[in-house]
Amino acid sequence: MEKRVVFRHRWLPYALLAPQLAITIVFFLWPASQALWQSMLIQDAFGLSVRFVWFDNFTYLFNSREYLNSIRVTAIFSVGVTVLGLAVALLLAAVADHVIKGALAYKTLLIWPYAVAPAIAGVLWLFLFNPSVGIVAWWLGGAGITWNHQINGNQAMQLVIFAAAWKQISYNFLFFLAGMQAIPRSLIEAAAIDCAGPVKRFFTIIFPLLSPTTFFLLVVNIVYAFFDTFGIIHAVTRGGPAQATNIMVYKVYSDGFIGLNLGSSAAQSVILMAIVITLTVVQFRFIERRVQYG
Amino acid sequence: MAEVTVTDIVKNFGKVEVLKKVSVRIEDGELLVILGPSGCGKSTLLRIIAGLETATSGDVHIGERLVNDLEPAERDIAMVFQNYALYPHMSVRQNMAYGLKNLGTPKPIIEQRVAEAAKILGLADLLDRKPRQLSGGQRQRVAMGRAIVREPKAFLFDEPLSNLDAKLRVQMRHEIRELQNRLKTTGIFVTHDQVEAMTLGDRLMVLNAGVVEQIGAPFEVYSRPASLFVAEFIGSPAMNLLDGDIDQDGRKVAFGGTHLPLGQPLTNHAGRRVRVGLRPEHLGEAVAGSTATADPTPGALDVLIEWIELLGADTVAHGRLQDGQVVTVRLPGDHLVQTGDRLAVVLAPANLHLFDPQTGTRLEHTA
Repeated sequence: MEKRVVFRHRWLPYALLAPQLAITIVFFLWPASQALWQSMLIQDAFGLSVRFVWFDNFTYLFNSREYLNSIRVTAIFSVGVTVLGLAVALLLAAVADHVIKGALAYKTLLIWPYAVAPAIAGVLWLFLFNPSVGIVAWWLGGAGITWNHQINGNQAMQLVIFAAAWKQISYNFLFFLAGMQAIPRSLIEAAAIDCAGPVKRFFTIIFPLLSPTTFFLLVVNIVYAFFDTFGIIHAVTRGGPAQATNIMVYKVYSDGFIGLNLGSSAAQSVILMAIVITLTVVQFRFIERRVQYG
Repeated sequence: MAEVTVTDIVKNFGKVEVLKKVSVRIEDGELLVILGPSGCGKSTLLRIIAGLETATSGDVHIGERLVNDLEPAERDIAMVFQNYALYPHMSVRQNMAYGLKNLGTPKPIIEQRVAEAAKILGLADLLDRKPRQLSGGQRQRVAMGRAIVREPKAFLFDEPLSNLDAKLRVQMRHEIRELQNRLKTTGIFVTHDQVEAMTLGDRLMVLNAGVVEQIGAPFEVYSRPASLFVAEFIGSPAMNLLDGDIDQDGRKVAFGGTHLPLGQPLTNHAGRRVRVGLRPEHLGEAVAGSTATADPTPGALDVLIEWIELLGADTVAHGRLQDGQVVTVRLPGDHLVQTGDRLAVVLAPANLHLFDPQTGTRLEHTA
């Protein structure tokens, strides 16, 4: 039977929706439409003249080596952050699920990094890995690795991936742990009697049953890697060295607000939006089908 | 197939002693029912046998093997859980095949065993369904199927019927019994339901607060309860337990304003204060239609009826004896009595149970 609430007044449902709609319109639809419009304009640096150029900004971008590099960098970065963040969180959750003594302390400590703002997290890692004063850089030096992410693009990429993943691990951990604790104990016991060792149990029982959580986190983490990591990039590398960590969202900012190329910046944000929408649709269409909702 | 031996099992959870030196030997092919109220330690005992819990001290043998330090997987047992614990992301077929697959059994053998078990349990048409598409009874059968395909040394059942409705429970009880007779696998069945215990078990073990009160065939436990606890726990309505005294010559027991002869003289307990146990179903009316007579039948109990439960098949009458002790009598359903009636009640001396009021143990004639 269908459950449906019928409102007596015609305006009441609209009034109830109004606050959310207002927020969506003011903070999403309006800026998004402005970005769409601006992506087809070219302004001079002082904003004295504006020219409508159709899709010239986009054509220019896809012919620009810098922008193609930024797409590549974003792909590496977001895959790195998502995979590392999910894998480490899953491992920690699996281990924390087994611990009984002092479980609360472990869990609290593991959740802490989530309370740290991205820029602060970035600065934290920056200090640790600073080539001249960072303690980790010093240890690495002792181990024969010359660490200088200010010169070495690969190292810069590794550093921002670590910093961004580290921050997200707590969030992922929390969801994975909750997901694991929702799995009835007797299922694990049944599997233990059915001759499955801990590792096999994890891959044949726990992981498949966690798939709704994993799927949700996959979507959240990719969106995080695409957008929310701005603060970390800004604090640690500012997209450098030599564009090595210039992810798309950072390039939107640096081209628009430092380079003052508003048209190109708007075009980039439109592309970014399109990519995230596509990724999310793809995830829902193709990955969700394999998800077990129990 | 193998016998399971439990020796002096002690289990402490922190300071709480859950099992206090429990020992029992389950013969090859036998079905032992562990019965007790919730919290008596029966599930803990089962989980120790399964290897899901470690005993504080004591030994578990399955067959000739000491299994104390073996993982559940290495003990060659199968368990049916209260909530069935089916793997929700696997089909019925995969659920049943999971254990065998983990053992590395060749595919054709797995398929053959699954098909066989499905046939026995009437699951053949459901093999490709997921657990959530099954009814409670079907899930129960899949859980059984998962246990039998493994062909283990012993089946462990942890209150597997308690989530089913009454009708289905009777049916599944029957099916489990049939299956057990057919497969002749050693089984241990934990329940708090005495009807389940009486009907399923070859033998019954009554557990109370971590102590074995009695082990015996169901009828033996019913007819000769070894302690006050067992006497009260087995049987419905519960056994009447009254205060009484044994005569000086040990041949009669006095309670409720009358003297009843003992089945066997208890000369060694002569003159003692005892608890007298009378089952409501063993009490019968002395002479038909003799209600409301002023003069009680000699040797009968005079019961003043206070309230009645009409159950259809039976009438359960609750009343008081002359000395004020409360007593319950079970009468045939067509027997019409009313509140305020006096009933003269008799019972066969063999159905009289006597217990030590301090220790709770059954008093028997000892030569």
